[in-house]
Amino acid sequence: MKADPRFYDYWPYENRPKIVWPNGAKLAFWVAPNIEFYELNPPPNPQRAAWPQPYPALPGYSIRDYGNRVGHQRQMALLEKYGIRGSISLSTALCDHHPEIISACKERDWEFFSHGIYNTRYTYGMSEAQEREMIRDSMTSIYKHTGQKCAGYLAPALSHSELTLDLFAEVGTELFGDDGGFYTCDLFHDDQPTPIHLRSEKPFVSIPYSLEMNDTIAYAVNKVEPRRYGQMMRDNFDRLYQEGEESGTVMCIPTHNYQVSCPHRLKAFEESLEYITGHSDVWVTTGREIAEYYREHYYQTSKADIAARQPKAGGTGL
Amino acid sequence: MSLEKEYLQYPLRRYGMDHDRYEWSQLGERPKVQWPNNKKLALWVNVSLQFFPLNQKGIPFKVPGGMTMPYPDLRHFSLRDYGNRVGIYRFLKAFDRFGIQPTFAMNTVLAKRNPYLLNTICERGSEILCHGWDMDSLHYGGQDEAVEADLVKKSLDDLRELSGQEIAGWISPARNESENTPDLLAANGVKYFCDWVNDDMPYPFHTAHGDLTAMPLSNELEDRFILMNNLHSEDSYVEQIQDACDFLLAEAEHSGGRILALNIHPWLLGQPHRIAKLEAVLDYLSSQDGVWSAGASEILSHC
Repeated sequence: MKADPRFYDYWPYENRPKIVWPNGAKLAFWVAPNIEFYELNPPPNPQRAAWPQPYPALPGYSIRDYGNRVGHQRQMALLEKYGIRGSISLSTALCDHHPEIISACKERDWEFFSHGIYNTRYTYGMSEAQEREMIRDSMTSIYKHTGQKCAGYLAPALSHSELTLDLFAEVGTELFGDDGGFYTCDLFHDDQPTPIHLRSEKPFVSIPYSLEMNDTIAYAVNKVEPRRYGQMMRDNFDRLYQEGEESGTVMCIPTHNYQVSCPHRLKAFEESLEYITGHSDVWVTTGREIAEYYREHYYQTSKADIAARQPKAGGTGL
Repeated sequence: MSLEKEYLQYPLRRYGMDHDRYEWSQLGERPKVQWPNNKKLALWVNVSLQFFPLNQKGIPFKVPGGMTMPYPDLRHFSLRDYGNRVGIYRFLKAFDRFGIQPTFAMNTVLAKRNPYLLNTICERGSEILCHGWDMDSLHYGGQDEAVEADLVKKSLDDLRELSGQEIAGWISPARNESENTPDLLAANGVKYFCDWVNDDMPYPFHTAHGDLTAMPLSNELEDRFILMNNLHSEDSYVEQIQDACDFLLAEAEHSGGRILALNIHPWLLGQPHRIAKLEAVLDYLSSQDGVWSAGASEILSHC
């Protein structure tokens, strides 16, 4: 185990090379619906229990099923109303279980990225070969069912190994060359995209995904009231939009259909979407488009700036 | 280091669900439901009437709202009892004032212990659901099937005898189940149950003894979940229900009738500082033209 995974170097949030998003936008805004399948009776993982009760853990299972049965169509209609294409963090087994959801999102030109096979199968304890196989399965499933070359990753249930990012990037290259496996949502260290160190040296980007704006973190972990969550989203936007004048920022709202699409929570979400998309200098986009634009226009200058700012003596060496 | 090979095998990765209890279907794809008098939103208010034993065993877990202190936990025992002595009568006045037709989900032990309350509810003509034996008699994975079969049978038999009602509906204590619970409920004449929170409308749920109806009863909008689990303010509780009502009324304009199901507890909302918030909720809901207040069986008869 490591004290620091060393995925990125220290890069102070001041005087960075200026990012300007397409059409002079100050802020890149994306919504990432997690469309997940949780199993009722998954095999046990040695490090993490899938459910708090013995089988059948219907309280947790059934509310997540609500997201697919009821919530998805509500969120899809709402995002469409505000001209937002979702960037789906997908439990890729859902392509088999609920193909109707996949085809509806495909029709709307939404992005699909990998969130593993099931959100009840954790990376913990997998060998390198097993994790590679799981990631490959997820990316080929997306390609088979949507024709998309999966660009992004959010590890299933945010369960990682030290090699997760390396393996995702390598499998992406094996399957799709430079068109696949080039961004991650797994790191929360910044409000702008950042280059990530990989053993393959492949250009690879961390795209801000925001744990704080995540509806499940807000509602289920921090137990925030719905209207306060709405206010938090608008406050988050206001500051990032203001700072985007100096250098373009990224705002992401990660959602779950079993949280944000409940009848008592949709109003707060809609008010925030209306507010955010009502600003002129916002680039309403997807995770992949942010990562591609950054890779093409700012990746090299960012790398150079980061390198120039590292301590000459090599830091503490820890 | 590696995991067993089964961990990367997915025998139930197939179309539909990973079990055979119900069919996969999206709410928006189903036939529209039409409520009487062109109403848009059926309001189902269910009051959970509960008995929390002082000598709680907590098997396999301590139920939310149950005893938390060393025996005898008089504070929680008596505070829960408050609901059945005081809070419930504030509820009844509020229901009458706003024309609400509630149902009452009763622990059978409470019906045995408290005939006055049972008679009061029966005389009002309200539907009673069985809420299991008591709040310390849980249904859970791994439970002995014969033990659970006895528990289900005596809970229903005794409540039917005491109330004189058919008792078609069921809510498990803590809304927890074993894998056999739905089969046992169907075998004992239950028509609908409310433990699964995966839909906003009723749907057929398969058992070894014919289909049950799974009736929606939101956990996320329950007073206990919002006030006690999430520690939201009472004002936020009111707002969340108003927002849900507004949303469902609007959705029903193009999707067919919807249900707003509220589960409430007299030991919580029946307190002097909270009862006005329940009244505010009922005032708001009953003043909407599209809202129709009815019991669960009556709502289901129109589905």
